[in-house]
Amino acid sequence: MHLKYKIQGGNFSKAGFASSEVKKILRQLSIEPKTIKRLVVALYEGEVNIVAHAYNGLITVDIDTEKVTVTLKDNGPGIPDIDKAMEQGYSTASAAVREMGFGAGMGLPNMKKNTDEMTIKSVVNEGTEVIFINYI
Amino acid sequence: MKLSELTSKIEGKVITGHSLLENEVEYAFASDLMSDVLTVDKEDILLITGLNNLQTIRTAEMAEIRFIIFARNKKVNCDIKELAEENNIAVIECPWSVFKTSGVIYQLGIKPLF
Ligand SMILES: Nc1ncnc2c1ncn2[C@@H]1O[C@H](COP(=O)(O)OP(=O)(O)OP(=O)(O)O)[C@@H](O)[C@H]1O
Ligand SMILES: [Mg+2]
Repeated sequence: MHLKYKIQGGNFSKAGFASSEVKKILRQLSIEPKTIKRLVVALYEGEVNIVAHAYNGLITVDIDTEKVTVTLKDNGPGIPDIDKAMEQGYSTASAAVREMGFGAGMGLPNMKKNTDEMTIKSVVNEGTEVIFINYI
Repeated sequence: MKLSELTSKIEGKVITGHSLLENEVEYAFASDLMSDVLTVDKEDILLITGLNNLQTIRTAEMAEIRFIIFARNKKVNCDIKELAEENNIAVIECPWSVFKTSGVIYQLGIKPLF
């Protein structure tokens, strides 16, 4: 199964819509609740990151019998130092993002925790691509 | 403790999730930081927060949180209400500060996560 969602940067009223849709589909496939939770928490963190930090993005989700592969690709400022961005507490989030309850620098480490495999590629002034895999 | 009893002890007002009032609440967590809430490993907990926006409900949806108390007299708007109903999440408004709400709920024997 192949799913695709366009994400608008800056639009917090829609943030989480894609993750919510994916969650509903995973539930219908009767995947274990704990497995679903890990996956959708990581996906939601990634979706919020696009909304909070990028201009626009595309999320694709591929579900097969043994794993779910999620790709979060955006056009945006990119991440100059990925190792630093992965550190707990590092954040460049704006005041507006903080007002929404985000911007503590906890998202990427939490994505790492909730995924089985995760890679980040980023080009400054172009964008970021996060790919993760969770086995189901 | 049943959610209905807990709600009356904190002078709370049930906004959504009337069908969840007979559910037992065992654990609670208080935070205005959704980044924080998303790291919580336990499910079906009660969240006490003063952050009343859509992302609070979205976060609860992803983190499998069933009950939310909006403290600090924060009022819930239609969008929040709708999304909470859609996700079968109980939303309760409470006039007290997060500190007082948490303190009273702790004294009722609801357990902290850590
Ligand atoms: N898609 C992205 N595009 C550009 N920068 C990003 C992206 N995702 C993360 N970053 C950068 O990495 C930092 C750390 O990200 P992380 O998700 O850990 O924290 P945060 O989004 O700032 O806060 P939180 O996730 O706790 O709400 C961000 O502040 C930002 O500088
Ligand atoms: Mg983040």
